Amino acid sequence: MNKYLSFFRLRFVNGLQYRAAALAGIATQFTWGALEILMFKAFYTVDPDAFPMAFPALVSYVWMQQAFLTLYMTWYLENEIFDSIRNGNIAYELCRPIGLYNMWFTRSMANRLSRAVLRCMPILIVAAFFPEPYGLSLPRDSKAFVWFLITMVLAFIVVVAFCMLVYIVTFYTISPMGVRMVAVAGVEFFSGAIIPLPFLPNNIQRIFELLPFASMQNVPLRTYTGDLSGRGLYIAILLQVIWSVILIITGKRLMAKALQKVVIQGG
Amino acid sequence: MKLYLKYFSIHLKSVFQYKTSFLLTAIGQFLVSFNVFLGVYFMFQRFNKVKGFTYSEILLCFSIVLIEFSLAECFARGFDTFSSVIGNGEFDRIMVRPRNEILQVLGSKIEFTRIGRMLQAVIMFVYGVGKSDVTWSMDKVLTVLFMIIGGTVVFTGVFVIYAAFCFFTIEGLEFMNIFTDGAREYGKYPISIYGKRVLQICTFLVPYALVQYYPLLYLLDKSHNRGYILLPLSACFFIIPCYLFWKWGIRHYKSTGS
Repeated sequence: MNKYLSFFRLRFVNGLQYRAAALAGIATQFTWGALEILMFKAFYTVDPDAFPMAFPALVSYVWMQQAFLTLYMTWYLENEIFDSIRNGNIAYELCRPIGLYNMWFTRSMANRLSRAVLRCMPILIVAAFFPEPYGLSLPRDSKAFVWFLITMVLAFIVVVAFCMLVYIVTFYTISPMGVRMVAVAGVEFFSGAIIPLPFLPNNIQRIFELLPFASMQNVPLRTYTGDLSGRGLYIAILLQVIWSVILIITGKRLMAKALQKVVIQGG
Repeated sequence: MKLYLKYFSIHLKSVFQYKTSFLLTAIGQFLVSFNVFLGVYFMFQRFNKVKGFTYSEILLCFSIVLIEFSLAECFARGFDTFSSVIGNGEFDRIMVRPRNEILQVLGSKIEFTRIGRMLQAVIMFVYGVGKSDVTWSMDKVLTVLFMIIGGTVVFTGVFVIYAAFCFFTIEGLEFMNIFTDGAREYGKYPISIYGKRVLQICTFLVPYALVQYYPLLYLLDKSHNRGYILLPLSACFFIIPCYLFWKWGIRHYKSTGS
């Protein structure tokens, strides 16, 4: 456990170095968030009754989504891992007395977390000071906030476990292009990154909510905004736990299998 | 021009060497932008109009922007990936050749896989045309044509600026994504829905509105100002400051070595 912790710390500190990149990222995310909100606003003014969330809740959803973008975006994959599979550097990793799955898992977590830490604060603070309907609002009560933190951690685990599957599939396909594209294209929509899931027609939404993708950003963001609470919230958390267990077990199994007949590419 | 055609044919030939890879990437491109379409589709399942634009009208707008963007990305891809050319010192080689450097960068990469995205845009366009009640006449067709030309030029201009920044920063700048990917993503709706301020920025700073919103008004009979037909062409002037910025950047170019 200790070695993974120190590995985590190394990666984390390493990630914190890229401050200029984070600044550029923050500027981008502000614009995206603002445009997103303006777009929903246009729809809201057309027909407030057809709007499935309260407007301030949606605004908070968008800001939180932008602030924690690097935690939850599945397209945020590490090229280094793909490269190590393709060019044979994986051999070095396999020489080390550590579990590859666990190491990559901690590494992905550290990378995502360090970037999120750099980016989230400025976005959250500035967004909180925006004038009324456009600003980030606080969660309803402290209980909602605690639930939000719990679901956030669980969602984070689901995302990383899912990305691990993408890496592992690359053992079989070598070129990451295809898997990456499908993973990115599908998951983005299913997880509510394009439009929040409540905007979908009810029956489709109900099916989507059972999928592992809904256990990603959908749950914490909607918990924060108070859109998800009570019984729905408990079910969502249960699903999050189930999916993270399933994804991790599948990942470990698949990886063990892949490593049995791994081919080191080149030298 | 002859040289560019030569580049073009080389890239085309190389694509045909890897048919499967080409096909898969094209399909991937199709899927990725399909997401955005789904977003629009489901929004209109719930709302039937936004700021006076109907679903089919939005599709027209979205498809035209997507066509413009794919064309620009297909041909100006060299500028989009320019940071790697700077980073590995490749640009030194370009500089010593007795040819125009813009031509060489343009020719360095042509992404035919963008055809996947293009195809989707064309399908959407055809569907949008079928569903919306635009009465097509010569000037309407011209408007669409001008929009596509103007839009492609504007997006190319943005790519050139993006590349020119690399002369100073070596790395690509993430915030430029707002003007490329962002414009594509949010250009799916007529710019007016984002409010007056955004419309002003997109009219005077980067002329997206000139190739998207105003001609669209004419196309959909929401305005009868015939001047709007020619607006997209005037947006082509945007390429001039981009070109000057690029020239200025080159003078500041310092090789990274290696």
